[in-house]
Amino acid sequence: MHNSAIAVKTEPVRLQSAEELNALRDRIIAERDPQRLEVVVCHGTGCLASGSAKVSQAFRDALETAGIQAKVMPGIKTTGCHGLCSRGPLVVIRPQGLFYQRVQPKDVAEIVQRTLIEGQAVDRLLYRNPDTGDLVFTQDDIPFYKLQERVVLRNVGKIDPTDISDTIEAGGYQALAKALTTMTPEQVVAEIEKSGLRGRGGAGFSTGRKWRSALSAIKKKGRPVYVVVNGDEGDPGAFMDCAVMEGDPHAVLEGLIIGAYALGAENGYLYVRAEYPLAIRHLEIAMAQARAYGLLGENILNSGFSFDARINRGAGAFVCGESTALFTSIEGKPGNPRPKYIRSVEEGLWGRPTVLNNVETWANVPPIIARGADWYNQIGVPHSTGTKVFSLVGKVNNVGLVEVPMGLPLSTLVEKIGGGVPNGKPFKAVQTGGPSGGCIPYHLKDTPVDYDSLVAAGSMMGSGGMIVMDDSDCVVDVARYFLHFLEEESCGKCLPCRLGLTRMREILDSFSKGVGSEQDIADLTSLAQAIQDGALCALGASAPNPVLTTIRYFKEEYLAHVQDHRCPAGVCKDLITYAIDPALCTGCMTCARQCPVQCISGKKKQPHVIDAEKCLRCGICKESCKFGAVLIS
Amino acid sequence: MITFKINDQEVSARPGWTVLETAREHDIDIPTLCFHPAVSASGACRLCMVELREGSWSKLVASCIYPVAEGLQVFTETERVRNVRRWVFEMLLAACPASPEIARMAAKHGVTSTRFESHDPEQTCMVCGLCARVCEEVVGLSAIATVDRGVHKRVGAPFAKPTDVCVACGSCVTICPTGAMQSIFDSIRGVPATNLTQLG
Ligand SMILES: Cc1cc2nc3c(=O)[nH]c(=O)nc-3n(C[C@H](O)[C@H](O)[C@H](O)COP(=O)(O)O)c2cc1C
Ligand code: SF4
Ligand code: SF4
Ligand code: FES
Ligand code: FES
Repeated sequence: MHNSAIAVKTEPVRLQSAEELNALRDRIIAERDPQRLEVVVCHGTGCLASGSAKVSQAFRDALETAGIQAKVMPGIKTTGCHGLCSRGPLVVIRPQGLFYQRVQPKDVAEIVQRTLIEGQAVDRLLYRNPDTGDLVFTQDDIPFYKLQERVVLRNVGKIDPTDISDTIEAGGYQALAKALTTMTPEQVVAEIEKSGLRGRGGAGFSTGRKWRSALSAIKKKGRPVYVVVNGDEGDPGAFMDCAVMEGDPHAVLEGLIIGAYALGAENGYLYVRAEYPLAIRHLEIAMAQARAYGLLGENILNSGFSFDARINRGAGAFVCGESTALFTSIEGKPGNPRPKYIRSVEEGLWGRPTVLNNVETWANVPPIIARGADWYNQIGVPHSTGTKVFSLVGKVNNVGLVEVPMGLPLSTLVEKIGGGVPNGKPFKAVQTGGPSGGCIPYHLKDTPVDYDSLVAAGSMMGSGGMIVMDDSDCVVDVARYFLHFLEEESCGKCLPCRLGLTRMREILDSFSKGVGSEQDIADLTSLAQAIQDGALCALGASAPNPVLTTIRYFKEEYLAHVQDHRCPAGVCKDLITYAIDPALCTGCMTCARQCPVQCISGKKKQPHVIDAEKCLRCGICKESCKFGAVLIS
Repeated sequence: MITFKINDQEVSARPGWTVLETAREHDIDIPTLCFHPAVSASGACRLCMVELREGSWSKLVASCIYPVAEGLQVFTETERVRNVRRWVFEMLLAACPASPEIARMAAKHGVTSTRFESHDPEQTCMVCGLCARVCEEVVGLSAIATVDRGVHKRVGAPFAKPTDVCVACGSCVTICPTGAMQSIFDSIRGVPATNLTQLG
């Protein structure tokens, strides 16, 4: 990541004006040949996990040896997440835009010879359209990317996040220059108000209104005022904010500086969860580079406006993402929520007016300022403008990161972009809004994905996690899983959450054992409502959502558990038995060898039998059988 | 003076008062457990929830910390309020089965049994934190802390070690609404050379 061959080799100079920023940008563009060969290797978290660092190293080595034959020495660029993480490691060859998936170090020699030297594609590494079987050559032609609209992720996957020249070339800090030189702070706030931007971190509160109330709080209490980035992203399976901070840290930073200018803040904080070391590193590098160029710190772009920011590592608890807990954590105290009848725009960090916004919210600010609120509010739908980044996970073919205009039907997201469920059947439900969101069933698949429609369906936007479920997922088990997660994350301060989450989980535990009654389901609903109404912070208040929505949409499945003692999805261990279908069993003995308690018997080439008494219901036999002979009933 | 309504009855309050203070001033009963006028309110037990209404909009808030405002419409006995109370009491009966104070209070609000099993039949502490707050805010010491977090939260000596910070003033025992501090006390104070509680 350090020896990026295309970095402009100029010493950073403090930029003194918007013109100097433009001049620098022009110089970077002029110095870079658009036809230059470039190997772009994704170094997002997903691709790094599937081995992309070895791939980029292999390219470096291979190019060194092959360098003599190639006419031009290609640059190697490492970037943030491209989105299609399930196909990683991803490699893109520019300028053609050839898109290679699942590239291993052993493939590199062939890519260098075939593509970089001979100019041909390596077919076996290309994406194949699953419907038509056709080869797809470039990223833009892949259905996964086609329906997306990239505003927040505009540069993620394209630029080297550790090289500010890439950012500046891509138009970074133009919005800041525009705000500082042509707009008053008041105009910036008005522009954000007009854009209709709503917070991307959970509650969907209007960002413009938040900034506006901060201004009136400042009028009453004076300065200092603080601006804060919420990068605590704690939802299981969510990595939107991570990808933005890792892949385009300057976008977050530029948004924050613009916000600071609008509010007259001199200091800001980036609260990033400690489990994101790469995001923290990239933000640190970005801040150091921005300071060196005079884009952060004293007298930014010689405008007279000064602002600096620092990074705080999250304390690790999920609840620390909640605004008041986050403030107490930055202040160095244990991250506990406090009652919110005083709004944090009035009394936030150290009791001062504070504007806290999510990573993605901040990253939306520069394009709004650069291109105007009228451009922005045309994207999406009236009360949910702009785009939203989602992380698609679970039973979906294209696991990854997508950005779409608000208001797209859920089915388009899951089936068209996500490629549907692996077994080809319709999805069963989608959990949106993270662990405390709700479960939307297949029959509501046309629900537009915007703030208000999701709430109407009993769920919420949350921060953009989407977990797709198919018919092998049991709703009772899913509700239990999320409750268990939140039970561990409760801060324990208020009684409904501290005692209630455990009690709800206990009721679900008994359902999963087939114990319960219709009255118990009614009790669970009533208890869930009490917790919704009674909890002190939004963690407790939203924790019942998965329970309430699964009862609302999948009542039969609950009844099947408690009345028929049956788990239709075949998940709840106490309600299922494993058996071998003698017609399908070939007597290969694989399952018998794998069973941890040796409860499968049978002679070679003879149908085998499972001793139901001893069976642990671990499912290992089912997974091991190549003939699909192990059945659940 | 600020005027607003509780259960359709006109009430007046001084600026800075909470809804609970106003209700008490007007003899309107709202149950509380974690509130005590001597220490800062924490809003933890949620028994004091009341419903605010404005047209078709409504929301539940904790009256012990909710500041009064002109024209509020507060209701203390709605279905939603009672539902929160009922479940909090049922959970408390199971969490603190050995506390007669909690049983008495629950019964007063019509909750005499619980659907939940008790995990600890001896338990009386409901971790409201009043003891820790009185120690810190009134006595000026920090001999009591909540240890562990989340669903495992308990009250005890800081770092779970008996402390010589405690002067055995007994304020925590007096303020404890459940009678629990009586038995936790020794684990906080340790066993000093002279047993102060037996001196008098
Ligand atoms: C338990 C809990 C966890 C939260 N975690 C996050 C988080 O990880 N990131 C985030 O941006 N907001 C999180 N929020 C929402 C924040 O409290 C806050 O509303 C948000 O950061 C405001 O920014 P926005 O208006 O840009 O969305 C969480 C809220 C709760 C109740
Ligand atoms: S709702 Fe849960 S996390 Fe929030 S204050 Fe209450 S106990 Fe803590
Ligand atoms: S000992 Fe009493 S005062 Fe202290 S937390 Fe427990 S119940 Fe509350
Ligand atoms: S990490 Fe490479 S595509 Fe997501
Ligand atoms: S008395 Fe108000 S929350 Fe406990």
